[in-house]
Amino acid sequence: MSGTVPISWYLVLAALLFAIGAAGALTRRNGISIFLSIELMLNAANLTLVAYSRLWGERTGQLVVFFVLAVAAAEAAVGLALFIAIYRQRRTIDVNRLNLMRW
Amino acid sequence: MHLLWLIPLLPILGTAMLGAIGALGAIGRRPPKALVTLIGLGAPGLSLALALACLARYAAIYPRPYEQTLYAWTAGPLHLDVAFLLDPLSAVMLFVVTFVGFLIHVYSVGYMGHEEGYRRYFAYLNLFMGAMLLLILGANYLVTFVGWEGVGLCSYLLIGFYYDQDFPPYAGKKAFIVNRVGDFAFLVGMFALVARYGTLRYLDVFPRLAADPGPALAPYALGLTFAGFVALCFFVGAMGKSAQIPLYVWLPDAMAGPTPVSALIHAATMVTAGVYMVARSNAIYQLAPGVSGFVAAIGALTAIFAATIGLAQNDIKKVLAYSTVSQLGYMFLAAGLGAYTASIFHLMTHAFFKALLFLGSGSVIHAMGGEQDMRRMGGLKRALPVTYWTFVVGALAIAGIPPLAGFFSKDAILAAAAGGGQWLLYLVGLVTAGLTAFYMFRAVFLTFHGEFRGSDDERHHLHESPPVMTLPLVVLAAGAVAAGWLGIPAVLSFGARLDRFDRFLEPTLWTIAGHPRAVHEMGAGTELGLIALSVAVAVAGILLARRLYDRPSDGLTGPQEDAAIAARFPGLYRTLANKYYVDELYDRAIVRPLARLSGFLWKWIDGFVVDGSVNGSASLADLLGGFGSLTTTGNVRNYALYFFLGVLGLFWWIALS
Repeated sequence: MSGTVPISWYLVLAALLFAIGAAGALTRRNGISIFLSIELMLNAANLTLVAYSRLWGERTGQLVVFFVLAVAAAEAAVGLALFIAIYRQRRTIDVNRLNLMRW
Repeated sequence: MHLLWLIPLLPILGTAMLGAIGALGAIGRRPPKALVTLIGLGAPGLSLALALACLARYAAIYPRPYEQTLYAWTAGPLHLDVAFLLDPLSAVMLFVVTFVGFLIHVYSVGYMGHEEGYRRYFAYLNLFMGAMLLLILGANYLVTFVGWEGVGLCSYLLIGFYYDQDFPPYAGKKAFIVNRVGDFAFLVGMFALVARYGTLRYLDVFPRLAADPGPALAPYALGLTFAGFVALCFFVGAMGKSAQIPLYVWLPDAMAGPTPVSALIHAATMVTAGVYMVARSNAIYQLAPGVSGFVAAIGALTAIFAATIGLAQNDIKKVLAYSTVSQLGYMFLAAGLGAYTASIFHLMTHAFFKALLFLGSGSVIHAMGGEQDMRRMGGLKRALPVTYWTFVVGALAIAGIPPLAGFFSKDAILAAAAGGGQWLLYLVGLVTAGLTAFYMFRAVFLTFHGEFRGSDDERHHLHESPPVMTLPLVVLAAGAVAAGWLGIPAVLSFGARLDRFDRFLEPTLWTIAGHPRAVHEMGAGTELGLIALSVAVAVAGILLARRLYDRPSDGLTGPQEDAAIAARFPGLYRTLANKYYVDELYDRAIVRPLARLSGFLWKWIDGFVVDGSVNGSASLADLLGGFGSLTTTGNVRNYALYFFLGVLGLFWWIALS
């Protein structure tokens, strides 16, 4: 199949996306930004799944991606709700100041 | 006779029942006193009845021993049974213990009637009877040892009966701890026997020793032969239980218990357990002449040592206590000389007259409202006639005046010493006999003669004890008179053989192959002369006491006479009154260093090393946890980083494998 994009390109792009997401999740202080970074990482994983699914002509990978999207949407809803609740309590969503989870 | 096992069991059941009815307290009712009396007297009473029945049946198979095996105690190579043995020796002990024991139980009903802890008292006393009967009926050393420890426990409990005072619990602990020393040696002796013979059964060990004494005479330990080593171990055990030098110190303090307890445990039965054990082990002692000599020497030394202390005591029970130590010394003197029957004979007569004397002193103390100091008594014979006359009978018996019991048994021991050519031991025994007569009659005169020296309140309180107390006195007095007639020496029998006691016990003496028992024959003239001499010494002791303490003409009361003597021999008198300072010596030499060592172990070993290592390990965990908790910052991004690193690590690990 000429003109198709080789699998390695997809993987490199996914790895880049994942690294950016991970770096963002670890370094950002704003809760929403961390959220966005996590979405990036999830979608990097989705990209790999779809790429391999296409390569091997196997539909399961694409099916899993729909599950991931659904779960990610639910997670986003719960996460945002949590952050709203936290914001109402603490007037901030700076995770550096949300340090109650300690001994 | 197949009910033999019930004899020790019944008093133990009595204890259990007395304990069980204490549960009535849970519903707010006190157990009725009559019920306590019924159980407390019924159990030893039934025991006595059964014992008499068994003894009557035993007469049919005499002199064969009767052994009753209940069940096998141990499985495996060491075979031990829970078994009882009735032979002439345990028959004598069985009779003495159940008979005298029952009388003392009866007496206790009167003596302890007004005391707190009536039920507790009888529970302990019944348990004591059970343990003592276990001791004498045991068919092997281990059953005997269980009884041996049981009587020690009851002794401890009963000495410390008045636990709300300071001294009795202390005296109880002292008795228990001193006895541990002896018990340790007893155990070592048993271990040696087990190691060599693989059994502790009397009818196994002794016949084998008797048939083939060779191996027992081989060198073993401490420079002794095997028989010598075991004999020494058992004798050290007997030293503790039977209050011999150097382990006698607990017995005088044991007088802190109720007086009937002193009569039963610390005069008639428990303290004679050591003598019984030595006589029981005569096969071993016959093979250990050196240790036997040691036994005789310790016995003689104890006899005269305690007798001299008895001269200067003012507490009526202390006089009797030292007298008991002294008479026990007599018994060991006999046992050491190989006159085992004489020692058991003296054990039996002593049980009668010393129990009588203790119960008599109890009656006096009862009348005096608890006062035990003879200096505050005097002239009691008018108020307590029955007590007085029975006490005099007991004193005459222990002094060795014919034809009372003590004369015959003491004479048998002195004859054994003289017959064996042990003139030094004989002399010690003779002097002790004189001292005994003196201090006993000093006690009689100080207590019963002269004028009353107590307060007016006490004078009005004086009364003869109730019949429940005087009746045992009278019965025991009859025993103190007649018990000796069982063993009239040949020279006084006028041709008839009246030394029944010796011949009755003869079957329990083992004849060792190749070691014939020495038979000492003395000329009849010599023997009669020695008898006359010992009687003369006893009479002299009594007359001297009478001259000093019962002489109204010189206007001095008994205590003033004592003071006069003390003024003439100040050093000697003080030494005797302070019991040769042995307690002080032990305190300095043993108790205090031990207390210091314990203090060191407590403060440094326990406080520093043990507690320190426990606390230290806790501190270490705390410290490590402190480091660990530094990672728990509460910052979500740190946690995310750990998670991320963890996932990386996991991948790394998977990639590697």
